[in-house]
Amino acid sequence: MPAAAAAATTPDLNGVWQAMTPAYWDLEPHAARQGATEILGAIGAVPPHKGIIDGGTIPYLPEALARRDANFAMRRTEDPEAKCFRPGVPRATYMPYPFQIFQTDEEIFIAYQYAMATRSIAMTDHMDAPFDSWMGWSNGHWEDNTLVVEVSGLNGQTWLDRAGNFTSANARITERYTPIDADHLVYEATIDDPDTFSRPWTLSLPLYRHIQDEPEFLEFKCVEFAEELMYGHLTKPSDTDNGVNDANGDSTND
Amino acid sequence: MTSFTVRAAGLALVLVSLHAGAQDEAIPRTGNGKPDFQGYWSMTTVTPFERPVSLGDKAFFTPEEFAAFEAERLEVEETVQGTQADVHYGFDDYGLHPSQNVRATNLRTSIIYEPANGRLPDMTPEAAAMRAEKQAWYAEHATDSAKNRMLQERCIVWPHNGPPMLPTGYNNNAKVIQTADHLVFMQEMMQDPRIIPLDGRDPVAASIGQWYGHSVGQWDGDTLVVTTTNFTGLTGRQIPTFSTDAVVTERFTLESPETILYQFTVEDPATFVSHWSGEFRMQKTTGPMFEYACHEGNYGIVDVLSAARAAEQETP
Repeated sequence: MPAAAAAATTPDLNGVWQAMTPAYWDLEPHAARQGATEILGAIGAVPPHKGIIDGGTIPYLPEALARRDANFAMRRTEDPEAKCFRPGVPRATYMPYPFQIFQTDEEIFIAYQYAMATRSIAMTDHMDAPFDSWMGWSNGHWEDNTLVVEVSGLNGQTWLDRAGNFTSANARITERYTPIDADHLVYEATIDDPDTFSRPWTLSLPLYRHIQDEPEFLEFKCVEFAEELMYGHLTKPSDTDNGVNDANGDSTND
Repeated sequence: MTSFTVRAAGLALVLVSLHAGAQDEAIPRTGNGKPDFQGYWSMTTVTPFERPVSLGDKAFFTPEEFAAFEAERLEVEETVQGTQADVHYGFDDYGLHPSQNVRATNLRTSIIYEPANGRLPDMTPEAAAMRAEKQAWYAEHATDSAKNRMLQERCIVWPHNGPPMLPTGYNNNAKVIQTADHLVFMQEMMQDPRIIPLDGRDPVAASIGQWYGHSVGQWDGDTLVVTTTNFTGLTGRQIPTFSTDAVVTERFTLESPETILYQFTVEDPATFVSHWSGEFRMQKTTGPMFEYACHEGNYGIVDVLSAARAAEQETP
């Protein structure tokens, strides 16, 4: 089937896109604050933002709110982003990394720079999520110029931001990608998760096309940058390195 | 419990052979007239990466020889009680055994066809010395830290991810997405997308090393030629490792709706005394391909390191 024909009757979303909002730190309105560690100085500080949520705050159920607060307290070590875990949906969309859309008649394939995570949005042959996964299961269709994606099958281990906001494995996400001109999309995600929230709620933000010549994002496989955080406590205390194992361009293991 | 074992082939030499494949069958094409590689592909093969030494320069089997060779390679053996293979899950229990996957016919006796003996060329003395030094160091420090474990154990990259991409023991599936100006090739294991622009653009700055290198494609008639540079100097066949100056050229040819002829050449004078080339076929298969989240479930590396630390406590 023709791969390049998708744009003939529907918006052409092919390209490299990126959000431009500090809301990845915290979806809710927040003042500037110290980050999870002081070791980076102002580089690790959280910039302020008005938030990207309808109604201002996330409508957590009481137990879920307690878990969010516990997540926040442990965010330096437990944020899946710090561990280079696949980010899930919708978090992948508004992280501070670009992503690339590949649009064909059968599917819309998205490759995210962060962790080189991917997802396939089935535009034909829709099926229910066969099992839970980090990036979930996505079925898409067009409503006029809007790409609407129903996401389920998330595993409940992903977070929504660096502040510990989260969804459960029973969350159902409805994403809407609406072009407003050739280089801008409005992205909306409605999160329906009765195990976690008292009502469905929606976040929204613009997405910007990378418009430079030959846009491409380079490889960001972040596992190696998470290893000290995750496994450093298991390093041999007297470990010395002769520089041969220069697997990170950094010969220091301890 | 059963396990599959790859055994050396002891086959008689026969001079004449056939090279399977036909290019006269109509192939699917994209809207801009290019061969359409989209879909799911099986890289499963019984063809060994290097040719058994006993076969010398014999590059092809006869169909009869191939049938015998394949039957031997696909044999499922009873494991010996009490061995590691016996307590490991059976590969044939989960559809992982090569006999349970579609395979393209390949009468070659090895994936490598150049040099003529079908085997990797010698390493340069400098590269060989580096390899020996690395191996000695690893033997001493293998469990000291996570960063000392093999790249695939760290869920960074498997040797077969390449380029050149190669078949491995199981999970040999791949997915291709293709637009007018890009082709994405994604192998099941590690599941990193190789995003290949098709405009023949220049590589990125030489100072940028990437685990998969930096790939640029362009069309040579109906063959997609992909040139990859910008290696890290840390991957390749892992041992021997490609240098940062390695160049891998891949050629993807859609021979029929069901088969891709995949050919590659590795040029890395700092590592090998000559270039080397190989080929095999990918066979069309069906999807979907499910998420392969290696790092997220990598409890193995914690077990290895914590066991090593515990052992040190017991034997100071």
